[in-house]
Amino acid sequence: MPETLPPDSVGLVQPQIAKFDFVLPLQSGRALPRFELVYETYGELNAARSNAVLICHALSGHHHAAGYHSMDERKPGWWDSCIGPGKPIDTRRFFVVCLNNLGGCHGSTGPRSINPETGHRYGPDFPVITVKDWVQSQARLADYLGIHKWAAIVGGSLGGMQALQWAIDLPERVHHAAIIASTPKLTAQNIAFNEVARKAITSDPDFHGGRYHEHNTIPKRGLMLARMIGHITYLSDLSMGEKFGREMRDKVFKYGFDVEFEVERYLNYQGERFSETFDANTYLLMTRVLDYFDPARDYDNSLVEAVSQAQCSFFIAAFTSDWRFSPERSEILVNALVEADRRVSYAEIDAPDGHDAFLIPTPRYMDVFATNMNRIADEVNA
Amino acid sequence: MRADLELIENWIKPGSRLLDLGCGDGTLLHHLRETKNTRGYGLEINPDHINTCITKGLSVIEQDLDVKGLANFKTNSFDYVIMTQALQAVMHPDRMLDEMLRLSKQCIITFPNFGHWTCRWYLGRYGEMPISRSLPYTWYNTPNIHLCTFKDFENLCSQKNLQILNRTVVDREHRNRWFIHMWPNMMGEIAIYHLSR
Repeated sequence: MPETLPPDSVGLVQPQIAKFDFVLPLQSGRALPRFELVYETYGELNAARSNAVLICHALSGHHHAAGYHSMDERKPGWWDSCIGPGKPIDTRRFFVVCLNNLGGCHGSTGPRSINPETGHRYGPDFPVITVKDWVQSQARLADYLGIHKWAAIVGGSLGGMQALQWAIDLPERVHHAAIIASTPKLTAQNIAFNEVARKAITSDPDFHGGRYHEHNTIPKRGLMLARMIGHITYLSDLSMGEKFGREMRDKVFKYGFDVEFEVERYLNYQGERFSETFDANTYLLMTRVLDYFDPARDYDNSLVEAVSQAQCSFFIAAFTSDWRFSPERSEILVNALVEADRRVSYAEIDAPDGHDAFLIPTPRYMDVFATNMNRIADEVNA
Repeated sequence: MRADLELIENWIKPGSRLLDLGCGDGTLLHHLRETKNTRGYGLEINPDHINTCITKGLSVIEQDLDVKGLANFKTNSFDYVIMTQALQAVMHPDRMLDEMLRLSKQCIITFPNFGHWTCRWYLGRYGEMPISRSLPYTWYNTPNIHLCTFKDFENLCSQKNLQILNRTVVDREHRNRWFIHMWPNMMGEIAIYHLSR
């Protein structure tokens, strides 16, 4: 909770809701009869409507990317380190939009919403969404906001996948895509971790086939385990070592199986907090979105062919200690873009924080990211 | 304008696709884009240089040639591969040359001449590795681990059956002086080679 707002904060912000009263066809063949998206904006849209930046969130993210909802809020938005006056995504120049994706649990239409066809919550009946579907829904939001072409679409991890899919699916509406700590598709190992997370949730006796709300319960233990395993993949051996080492609550062994090591305490705390706020069906959905993402699939499994659709310039960044989506994975995308003769710059940033590094303002990262975004602001006359 | 830029510019066909190895602050790529409407990529590892390239709107890729080589680029995928003042600093200059000529039929390479009379004089007079304004490092902490003379380089080219399409020898300020042509391996400080396989 800040006593006064920091000068480089976007300040107090308020979420808004956009309602779409038409059918959204989905990649699966199913459709949403109508939908709502909750979003926040920071900065001002210029007269030419050329300075809009779309922020795409990652697995557990949402629309609250920067600033504070109230003076009582404990922490600012999830990417406050990068969005604000004088920050890499400079709100003095850009009009920034961040939404909660379809299928989310922070206010946009998702498993917790009421299905207009039944009058009950969607729960497990909510259709499985894909990154392509998200791009289509985000394009409807862009129409609603009067933005024909984004100056930039920016995202880390799963957010970067959305930026890439935008560039491929709606090339005329993207001036620039910034794809950070991401990958053009998941590996077997990535999918395996997701499956363990899903199994943790679905095997919780409180899961009830996804209809836990009807039983007035939530699969808390399953969701907690899912978050714990996920969290391990977001950190690196090094950063965990630096944060916790082998520190123990008490200095002596208790010869039991309760929490004794600090790292255990931390994981339990993270898992617990997450399981109280996040929706289990959304978690299942988000991990599936990740698994299915593979834009090359639409182009005979050729990533080069896929990215040849794009017209925008690209900025790709990866972090040395990220083993979830390692630099090699970003380089696959860079190489495909080079082969497709697209404009791309790539930075491999030395950072110890693992996958989470994309949220952490290390100086080199902030420098190169800000340099890139300033260049984009110049290009679109922001 | 730097004389070497003008020289290189004359060899480049308009609209070409380039790869600049160790592109520095992107001066050459930027110049060629403005004058010859070229496109392409620079490889660089210095963070400040990478930022400068991005500011100029150039495509720059962070890639360490000694670690990753050029294996990630496709055969014949560029019109020219360029390497200015960096060949002497790579781990395997001979393999680098092969790789460059895999990526494109034509290469442009510049490097400092260790056979320049000042180097010869320094070594002869002091019996120590030469230190000068163009080669300011001590032997133990120099990035220039493979210094050679023009003659050395041309021997390597003929061993590899590479064609030297053009060679221009200049002084440190990239000026083209008459006396350099009399005795290039003695008087030239920097050579700009235009090679083809």
